[in-house]
Amino acid sequence: MSTYVKNIIDKYNNDETRLMDILIDIQSEIGYIPNEAVEQISQSLNISIVDVEQTLTFYHFFSQKPIGDYVVYLNNSVVANMMGRSEVAKTFEEEVGCGFNNVSDDGKIGLYSTACIGMSDQEPAAIINGCVFTKLSPARVKDIVADMRAGKNVKEMFNEYGDGQNNSELIKSMVFNNIRKRGEVLFSDYENGAALKKVVTMTQDEVIEEVKTSYIRGRGGAGFPTGLKWDFCRKSEGEIRYLICNADEGEPGTFKERVILTELPKMLFEGMAIAGYALDAKNGVLYLRSEYTYLKDYLENIIQELRETNQLGENIAGKQGFDFDIRIQFGAGAYVCGEESALIESAEGKRGEPRNRPPFPVQKGYMQQPTVVNNAETLCSVVKILLKGADWYTMMGTRESSGTKLISVSGDCRYPGVYEIEWGLRIRDMLEMVGAEDIQAVQVGGPSGTCIGERSFKRTICYEDFPTGGSMMIIDNKRNLLKDVVKHFMDFFIEESCGSCVPCRALTVILKNKLQKILDGNGVMNDLTELKKWCNMMKQANRCGLGQTAANPILTTLENFPEEYEKLINKDIDFNSGFDLSAAVGESCEAVGRTPNL
Amino acid sequence: MSKPIVATTSLAGCFGCHMSLLDIDERILKLIELVEFNKSPIDDIKKFTKQCDIGLIEGGCCNSENVHVLKDFRKHCKILISFGECALMGGLPALRNGIPIKECLDEAYLNGPTVVNSNPDKILPNDDEIPMMLDKVYPCHEIVKIDYYLPGCPPRADLIWEALVALITGNELKLPYEVVKFD
Ligand SMILES: Cc1cc2nc3c(=O)[nH]c(=O)nc-3n(C[C@H](O)[C@H](O)[C@H](O)COP(=O)(O)O)c2cc1C
Ligand code: SF4
Ligand code: SF4
Repeated sequence: MSTYVKNIIDKYNNDETRLMDILIDIQSEIGYIPNEAVEQISQSLNISIVDVEQTLTFYHFFSQKPIGDYVVYLNNSVVANMMGRSEVAKTFEEEVGCGFNNVSDDGKIGLYSTACIGMSDQEPAAIINGCVFTKLSPARVKDIVADMRAGKNVKEMFNEYGDGQNNSELIKSMVFNNIRKRGEVLFSDYENGAALKKVVTMTQDEVIEEVKTSYIRGRGGAGFPTGLKWDFCRKSEGEIRYLICNADEGEPGTFKERVILTELPKMLFEGMAIAGYALDAKNGVLYLRSEYTYLKDYLENIIQELRETNQLGENIAGKQGFDFDIRIQFGAGAYVCGEESALIESAEGKRGEPRNRPPFPVQKGYMQQPTVVNNAETLCSVVKILLKGADWYTMMGTRESSGTKLISVSGDCRYPGVYEIEWGLRIRDMLEMVGAEDIQAVQVGGPSGTCIGERSFKRTICYEDFPTGGSMMIIDNKRNLLKDVVKHFMDFFIEESCGSCVPCRALTVILKNKLQKILDGNGVMNDLTELKKWCNMMKQANRCGLGQTAANPILTTLENFPEEYEKLINKDIDFNSGFDLSAAVGESCEAVGRTPNL
Repeated sequence: MSKPIVATTSLAGCFGCHMSLLDIDERILKLIELVEFNKSPIDDIKKFTKQCDIGLIEGGCCNSENVHVLKDFRKHCKILISFGECALMGGLPALRNGIPIKECLDEAYLNGPTVVNSNPDKILPNDDEIPMMLDKVYPCHEIVKIDYYLPGCPPRADLIWEALVALITGNELKLPYEVVKFD
């Protein structure tokens, strides 16, 4: 038995629900998870090898073979590509001497692509051995590769740091916050612990009532009223209750959680403690995407500090019996783990496969107990709501959307970054605010959201009109919308589907192939009819939000940019399979050494 | 009115679908009364001699010849029907899809247990007379327009019979559960 694996397993008390942490630690310690470690885990945790392997193989950042002393994960999101990713990727390949998804011959450097890493405001960006590198250029890449060859520590490869806490001792990252607009709720004055002090003088019902009255709705995208969710959870039968903060932030184009975690972690943890108080939950879990591992020491340190100042731990804020503590659960690269039930599975050490509902998490969630999952922004807002009152809060925003919202703006504009806006802002005003010109489209809410054009710029950002988790990608007129954006989004969903539902697993591929056929100039009108029909099927026939929205890139562009499709369509024929005989026989003719005779 | 003309072919199939067609038993006599056959293995007419009404396709396309025959059928038949799993989805032959073609050929002609020592010159068939293999096995509708699909491996005789009769008579197709279930 290898001792380091044993030590890691011991650290988590042989607890199978901590399998994720065990795998994360092994991966970061030796760079991959060898078969012997899998066997050892299976014996120690008393679960089958297949149980270990199914978690292990589900996540993007786990590997079963060595992937390099330096592992480069270069973001491959739409925005990264818009900002010049391909040149950067090419330089990496030339300098390292291998293609992506490969390790250099000496085993030193591995090159991999990865989905959006939450840096859309400073692309092209990559994560190298857990450290974030932003605004990459070919010249910068040459230096980085030289440094890797010279065996430098990643932290020593740069000496300029971002603003705010990015520059603090425990982070020391080159990431910038890019907070462009400070609103009344989140980026306004904050006195740590004040809300908590007030809350402990209230009853749990009063807290929930205040949250209900503020009419705040979840900021994770689905927009479920937070007070109602808390109420449901508290009324559910269970031995114990849990609170989970969702900071998975997998939706391409969002990065607001990154800024919250960097600049407002105390507000977030205070919000979690308040929720813990209202729900009578003793344990909170912060589910954090692996891409933000660079914030780990910083956040753990703050949690410790809050314990020491009686804002976490036992008898919080002097209130007898108010016990609440937080642990951080990292993910390992899976967009679907942002879906609350998949997140719960993942936090229990399993594959991030969404559960069937009902039961809902508020009934049977983490460890089969009543659980509230809330987005980080939701929990931060709650702090201010309780401090300043629901009436103050509802004065901002619109009738059905109270308060403020963080939006993450990226793409073709002068000022990408995070903006705290009041709900009800018109898209056109937003575009002006962020310095966007010559705009072709705005992708509202990420790939799973809506792609809109000029005609819709008069609409407003709010639940009544355009609800959004906050991702705003701006696409100007020089982009090829279908090829550079829509097709890319389809690749994203194909990659990220957990594979449980047939339409989500297979129809995504079929839809993308059809789009490719149209892009190749082989489309006929019937292809558009079929696309529409099949896209609508995706809404009905999949278990979770990922599959239900995976056709949105095509569906919403068909609706809002029909001319982009129609100009590629041959209207004179009613059938064209796009089959190319000479291409189809090429491979076999080459294999046997003959010239195709067509 | 003259009788509708039917043509059939087996592409990358096992002839099981045609066997199933013959399985309509004594109804075959009725069929002869209802339709006239043109190009088909059933009457051994090798080339189309006239335009047909209905073409029945067994099997998908695994080589260039399949593609030519299928396109010829599309040209000569008003209605094309894919019948059987292989025509609809590629079927068993499509198991090779996803394996590089060189690997398939090496296994078939060089390394497979039945050939391993019998091809000392390591020849892979490459005569111009031989159809060229496609990169994968294609279902028919990925090559030409297909009008109807009859599922099954093979489709049941009753299904083939009912479908043909419905098409010829213009009556509604009866599809009881037993006819389209596959276990
Ligand atoms: C595929 C998918 C990904 C999601 N990703 C996130 C995410 O990264 N962060 C988040 O807060 N919610 C995400 N959600 C929504 C969560 O399921 C859940 O509704 C939310 O965390 C609840 O918190 P809220 O009520 O505070 O918004 C995602 C949903 C789906 C279907
Ligand atoms: S819809 Fe997609 S991601 Fe969601 S459960 Fe089904 S297969 Fe998994
Ligand atoms: S569908 Fe079945 S019976 Fe028909 S050709 Fe294919 S394998 Fe043979």
